[in-house]
Amino acid sequence: MKKLINSTDAVVDEALAGMVAAHGDLLRVIEPNVVVRADAPRQGKVGIISGGGSGHEPMHGGFVGMGMLDAACPGAVFTSPVPDQMLAATKAVDGGAGVLHIVKNYTGDVMNFELAAELAQAEGIEVTSVVIADDVAVKDSLYTAGRRGVGGTVLAEKIVGAAAEAGQDLAAVTALAQRVQDNVRSMGMALTSCTVPAAGKPTFELGEDEMEIGIGIHGEPGRERRKLAGADEITEALMGPILDDGGFGSGDDVLAFVNGMGGTPLIELYIVYNKVAAMCAERGIAIARNLVGSYITSLEMAGCSITLLKLDDEMTRLWDAPVHTPALRWGA
Amino acid sequence: MSDFDGAAMSRFVSTFADRLHERREELTQLDSAVGDADHGINMDRGFSAARAKLAELGEADLGTMAKTVGMTLISTVGGASGPLYGTFFLRLSTSLGERDAASTGELGAALRAALDGVQQRGKAIADDKTMVDALLPAVEAFDAASGDGIGPALAAAAQAAAAGRERITPLVARKGRASYLGERAMGHPDPGATSTTILFESLRDAVAAD
Repeated sequence: MKKLINSTDAVVDEALAGMVAAHGDLLRVIEPNVVVRADAPRQGKVGIISGGGSGHEPMHGGFVGMGMLDAACPGAVFTSPVPDQMLAATKAVDGGAGVLHIVKNYTGDVMNFELAAELAQAEGIEVTSVVIADDVAVKDSLYTAGRRGVGGTVLAEKIVGAAAEAGQDLAAVTALAQRVQDNVRSMGMALTSCTVPAAGKPTFELGEDEMEIGIGIHGEPGRERRKLAGADEITEALMGPILDDGGFGSGDDVLAFVNGMGGTPLIELYIVYNKVAAMCAERGIAIARNLVGSYITSLEMAGCSITLLKLDDEMTRLWDAPVHTPALRWGA
Repeated sequence: MSDFDGAAMSRFVSTFADRLHERREELTQLDSAVGDADHGINMDRGFSAARAKLAELGEADLGTMAKTVGMTLISTVGGASGPLYGTFFLRLSTSLGERDAASTGELGAALRAALDGVQQRGKAIADDKTMVDALLPAVEAFDAASGDGIGPALAAAAQAAAAGRERITPLVARKGRASYLGERAMGHPDPGATSTTILFESLRDAVAAD
């Protein structure tokens, strides 16, 4: 294992300390490992918190700041945070208007957030939760844990964060988060595996001429291993299920998000975006907004994911609203 | 053979922590095949912390001991294993209450309550290919053998857990991250059913060591 770390046990703590050193004007870290917006709690504003295993940076800590998250709870690498963290986060950001938990649909995350919400409610804080489950690679049925939460989470956090910043109440931001969830679809692929620092070796093996289609963001194997193909063919393989499942079609305005998994350079992401744009144009789908870059990663995995969100006017306006976080910043 | 007392509970947690530490790589390896390669790491971290907390606690009733373990697991393990194993020990705690020692029947009732708690939290049923497939037969085997005393009942439980783990290895997983794999999970042993088997083997050996 070759990594730019000091010790496998200190990875998360040292990275958080570095974030505070770099972005102390935007955020602070409180015990037990919660990234909190510097000016939290803001009276009368709904608190928006999220969390999940580390290793997906900049998600979620990099999205803490004005117009997005009030707090983020990073677990160990690829491991759900514990309820103590979400409880501390909920208390730290509660400005009397309640707190929304944005949870990615993984068994551990859902259970730990559920426990935390029960504890926070017992302390008199109103908590709602929305589970993001946008990964069309997973069959959504009674016989699986349901779809995973992937790229749609980034878009939900930005849009919902803007709504909370604008003063919408808990019921409204919760309904909005659910609306984003209902209109967003994603799928990803990997060219290489990744290595969890504490494990020391790659989570899975991929041959030089192989790729994994339908990958998650934890190095868990995808649904299908295929022979390596060109960027256009890979983009088609991801876009097909997204377009079908989401029912995207002529006349729709979408936000197209091409995301890097951590080890893929921007130059390749633009090659993918080029094909995404062409495929949308062929179908009469208007890309009203876009995002290209590595925002929800899987350590050093090479690969990408594509996310399409069907926009309405309110979502578009909230996407454009000012945001000032370590990873996303515009209008402020 | 005597009842299940505080010394047995301490030996149980300590033995389980030791074995999780010894088999950390193996559990992580199993999890990398079907999940996210952290089960051994997380369980080792959680039970080491739980053992340390029990040592700090000193003498206490069984319910307080189990509650200390459960709360520590929820705070330190993360993943799905934290809430699930945490709930297992919290339900043991509620069931054992202020007793300093539990009879075979009382331990059986506590294990049954723990099983119910894990199923409520994780919403898994038999054949979903989860820890429940080791836990459920273990609790049933314990009940069936409880007339023979605590030692034979725990031996039967450990054997049933191991058999349950073997039985589901060929299945497709329907809960947790392994469910994303569909048929590709077939033939891989379930990490949670494996750690639950180690739990019952530790419980058996901790009581037998008395």
